[in-house]
Amino acid sequence: MSTQSRTASRPGKPGPGAVPSDDVVGRPGRTKVRSGLRQRAELSLLLGPALVAFVGFVLAPIAVAIYYSVYKWNGFGPLTDFIGFDNYRRALSDPVFQHSIIHNLIIAGLSLVIQLPLSIGIALLLNRRIRGRTFLRLVVFAPYVLSSAVTAVMWSLMLQPDGFADQVLKSVGLGSLVQVWLGDLHVVLYTVFAVATWQYIGFGIVLLLAGLQGIPGELREAAALDGASPWQATRMVTLPLLGPTIRIWIFLSMIGSLQLFDLVWIMTGGGPANASSTMATYLIDKGFRSYEFGYGSAVAVILFLICFVFALLYQRFALRRDTQGALTRMVR
Amino acid sequence: MTSRTTRSSAQRTGSRVGSRSPRHKALAAVSLAAVAALGLAACSSSKNSSNNSASTTPTTSSSSTDTSSPSTSTPASPAAGGSALPAQLNDGKAVTLTWWHNANQDPGKTAFQKVADDFHAKYSNVTINVQPFQNEDIKTKIPIALQGTPPDIFQQWGGGALAQQVQSGKLADITQYTQSWIGDLGKGAAGWAVDGKQYGVPYDYHVVGFWYRTDLFQKAGISSPPATFDDLLSDITKLKAAGITPMALGGKDKWPDAFYWENFILKECPQDAVVSSLDAKKFTDPCFTKAGDDLKKLIDAKPFQTGFLATSAQQGAGSSAGLVANGKAAMELQGDWEMAVMPSLTSDKDFASKMGFFPFPSVSGGQGTPGAALGGGDGFSCSTKAPAVCAAFLQYLTSADVETQLVKATAVTIPSNGNATAAITDPTLKKVLTYLQGVSYNQLYFDQYMTASIGNAINDAVSNFMAGQGTSADLAGAVAKAASQ
Repeated sequence: MSTQSRTASRPGKPGPGAVPSDDVVGRPGRTKVRSGLRQRAELSLLLGPALVAFVGFVLAPIAVAIYYSVYKWNGFGPLTDFIGFDNYRRALSDPVFQHSIIHNLIIAGLSLVIQLPLSIGIALLLNRRIRGRTFLRLVVFAPYVLSSAVTAVMWSLMLQPDGFADQVLKSVGLGSLVQVWLGDLHVVLYTVFAVATWQYIGFGIVLLLAGLQGIPGELREAAALDGASPWQATRMVTLPLLGPTIRIWIFLSMIGSLQLFDLVWIMTGGGPANASSTMATYLIDKGFRSYEFGYGSAVAVILFLICFVFALLYQRFALRRDTQGALTRMVR
Repeated sequence: MTSRTTRSSAQRTGSRVGSRSPRHKALAAVSLAAVAALGLAACSSSKNSSNNSASTTPTTSSSSTDTSSPSTSTPASPAAGGSALPAQLNDGKAVTLTWWHNANQDPGKTAFQKVADDFHAKYSNVTINVQPFQNEDIKTKIPIALQGTPPDIFQQWGGGALAQQVQSGKLADITQYTQSWIGDLGKGAAGWAVDGKQYGVPYDYHVVGFWYRTDLFQKAGISSPPATFDDLLSDITKLKAAGITPMALGGKDKWPDAFYWENFILKECPQDAVVSSLDAKKFTDPCFTKAGDDLKKLIDAKPFQTGFLATSAQQGAGSSAGLVANGKAAMELQGDWEMAVMPSLTSDKDFASKMGFFPFPSVSGGQGTPGAALGGGDGFSCSTKAPAVCAAFLQYLTSADVETQLVKATAVTIPSNGNATAAITDPTLKKVLTYLQGVSYNQLYFDQYMTASIGNAINDAVSNFMAGQGTSADLAGAVAKAASQ
């Protein structure tokens, strides 16, 4: 907003057809109209490209996917075989897809229960004045910088039977914990989650650290003066103030969990026996590997709807306070 | 389609890893890529399947006339090979063709570039714009390109996927240009035809069998490779007793799983039953269930390495190919390309001398056609832009001279042109070639023979079966189930 109004008030800078002298010379009555027009012109100039990109690269593909999803189509030739909602019915009744949804939900749940407390703990730790803090922050964030493909390949190698992970466990006397990490139907999903945690936790920590930086030190000081123990200060002062950041993290994490793809695809391909499949790996498998682009589109639409509905609900019930300007303007 | 992916990815890795041994690497990359490609192509559309000749053909043909091939001899057996190339192309007018292939690593990359350059030197008005792609990329790029403007010459693995691609209307029917020389490529070339029309041309062929470590077999006291399934089971027991992992399997990629079931099917079911069932998309004959029972028997013997469900076929030393190449497992059911894959996965420069090859063993009481084998091949298709020029290029590419050159450059393992097979020097590969020339029919990998969706479903079903899920009957029923969707 501020950008626009500032620009608008600057006479005749970009406004099409708006000659500065016009404004000055023109009758007072018209100035308003003109500036309104100009504002609109500037708005469209500034918003236009973004809008075109959004329509072209977000809305249109969604529309096209919905269109494809009601056809049985192998990707070649015209779409002729209209089948209504059969693709949707098939997807929702396919046990493999059902399990994929459950796997996504498990990952999302585990993220909440494990990743979040872990992130908060490490962020609190790294927010304190400890030796080598900058270095530690760098280390924690490093995995996030790696591409998922690199991460997945690296962990695949380390997790293979008698690989690096197993040898480390054995060398510290924990050999009994060794599993067939990626080859056991009952373990593989948790292995994938662990790797995802390794990769994404740095991002959460940085996010939370930024949130912590925004909390004035005086508040904790005041609490301490009031006799609060450090633990109490953290619980009663820091964490509540960190709320908006945590809610954002939850939002990003849930969406990420629902769309989880690259790590799984490279490490397991969704296997063995679909034990680690997610909605996205299922989609790619059906769409590109099986040449079932119509069906794959239907799965994509379902995935989109799940994420969209979640995002709306979360926005409505959890994020609204924050987006209204949590700390600053809540006083009403 | 798993097969494609895996094979291709394998190729990729192979080539990357292979940098240690440049020659092998390139070979591996190329051959793998090719294989991968094959795997991809696997599916046959219903139309295609009706023209069943394609199914059996792909590999068989490789036998060259002059090489004594017991069973199949190529139709045309000209020593020089085929008819001459046209004197002029495109009426002498300048034309540029785009060529997509999956040999994005040396030696294939250089070898194919040389073919394009040499062709340009021959026909100065024809320029080939070569665009190598990583195999995984090319697999998704081609179907998308076929929805718009496709490349003029592109990787083609035949079978069901080809038939599906033909539906786009962007593939040229090159029958009229190829008929004078396609015979040089043997019967296998029919795998690149749909309804009797040639939509592509193979440049190499593949066959699947057991690669094994002669040193480990010796260590376990096994004097000769198993000829029957019972022998195989007892050899597994012997190897395990000697503390050796009997078999390596790349279960993550799924298509290696399917190789086992498909081979058991070829042992249990006669050719007619196999081909007609594939074309009907229904595995109702009891022999298919029996093949599943055989596979169950093998799984119950626990011959595979720990964690085989998550092992890739060709990526890294921990892959199934890597395990065998490094002597960590005694055998592996894989294609001829394995000799090209393995060098990049081991530091043992001498591993090839320890490798042997034996065909899939027979099953007692099996009704399978004797000499049946499982295989495929790699090729190229033409777009409708300049079919005549493209076909001439493919004629040139698959000519005895050029194929010989490709084999020598290790860009191709088993050339489609029988007159180029003399260039194969590796003794083990020679054995494979002899085996391939002797097969009664070479069934295209099922996943490639069928349409992509059914092929993928077959690989999934076998993979689940390997993980202990479902019965032999479920396995056989997976085909009809996938076809109904």
